[in-house]
Amino acid sequence: MTEVTFTVNGRQQTIDAPPMKRLLDVLREDLHLTGAKEGCGEGECGSCSVLMNGELVNSCLIPILQADGATITTIEGLSPEATAPLHPIQQCFLEHGGAQCGICTPGMILATHHLLQKHPHPTLAQIQEGLAGNLCRCTGYMRIFEAVQRAANAEPFVPAT
Amino acid sequence: MRSNVADYSLVAPPTLPEALRLLASDPGLTPIAGGTELMVALSAGRLPQKNLLSINHLRELRFIDVHPETITIGSGATFTDIRCHEAIAEDLPLLTQAASWTGSIANQNRGTLGGNIVNASPAADTPPALLAYGATLTLMSASGTRTMPYSMFHLGYKKTALAPDELLYSATVPRNWSGYRSYIRKVGTRNAQAISKVAIAALAKIEGGAIADIRIGAASLRETPARCTATEQALIHRPITPSTLPNLILAARKALATEVQPIDDIRSSAKYRAAVAANLVEEFVRSLV
Repeated sequence: MTEVTFTVNGRQQTIDAPPMKRLLDVLREDLHLTGAKEGCGEGECGSCSVLMNGELVNSCLIPILQADGATITTIEGLSPEATAPLHPIQQCFLEHGGAQCGICTPGMILATHHLLQKHPHPTLAQIQEGLAGNLCRCTGYMRIFEAVQRAANAEPFVPAT
Repeated sequence: MRSNVADYSLVAPPTLPEALRLLASDPGLTPIAGGTELMVALSAGRLPQKNLLSINHLRELRFIDVHPETITIGSGATFTDIRCHEAIAEDLPLLTQAASWTGSIANQNRGTLGGNIVNASPAADTPPALLAYGATLTLMSASGTRTMPYSMFHLGYKKTALAPDELLYSATVPRNWSGYRSYIRKVGTRNAQAISKVAIAALAKIEGGAIADIRIGAASLRETPARCTATEQALIHRPITPSTLPNLILAARKALATEVQPIDDIRSSAKYRAAVAANLVEEFVRSLV
């Protein structure tokens, strides 16, 4: 067991875990943050996406020791709770039918957040590339792309901390 | 069947010298950087190496240095670092392209150049470009540093020249390719996130209407990433005009057939790979006229 300290959604956490335990499992089992989902478990589907130090990552591929000292944002921490229940990206997914069964949705929204940080006004090709690592088996993607386009135009865009 | 993570150890030494010292004292340690390969094996219950050495956080390995003649890329540079680097985009566009179609954005944020090389997959994305550009590797251990042409690094399927106590430190790539034409194409199931069935990265210089230099790197055509030297030999110094083109293409196809040894696997068949590789080489040769 190794002691690991990191910040999740603005709160510092210290846990004891085997160093190769996956960040995804620590989030879900130790911290009870079940927004990140396990889809494929091999970095192909993006359901477990979180932001680590501001970068989009697959939490199923990160040994928890490598998250020591990191700042993590999960879907639970994306919205500034005090001012709004949903982040504007979440609101756009809701309004445009960008979610059906919901398994891919947290990852899609975090990938969208990462995309809009880098490209505030993305082209369709940039949206497609930005979300290419996130698989959806329900919507066929068009509504997701529409939601992202709307989120890109929604003002103001609130970056996660 | 998932692995029991309690069976695995992972240490994260604070500095590169400390990491090398640990490797020297225990050559059974397996380095892990971005985890985009080894963590997949862990999740699937097929990671035989039980003792791992995290090198992901080592700042000494994460750099891109631009020199007058070369660009040196630290083994810890991520695909994102590479694809976003302006000098690489300017001088080594094959590498930028290869990095930008490796996995997804999330994979590019974690996966490293060093991992892509050392993992030694025949299907890896950056090796064809590194081979075409004639990269040199720097390997480091507690007892010293050595360099070798990347073309000599792969010894066989998943076998490399890296000693158990060594880490790949960097890849140094010549950057002056003015006058060269470049070509790169990856054929996979989809554009993003797919492992290649076949990939080619190539450079050629035409002087006085003839092929003065030609360099073709390939993935998934042999048990290691490899230069297509027979094909290069069949083309070099040959005049290239619309009228010589059909014969050049025939010669290239014939030579390529002598040196590819693709396999049947879950991603493709040997027959398909050989046929597509020949088509890619033809497309490259046609682009030179």
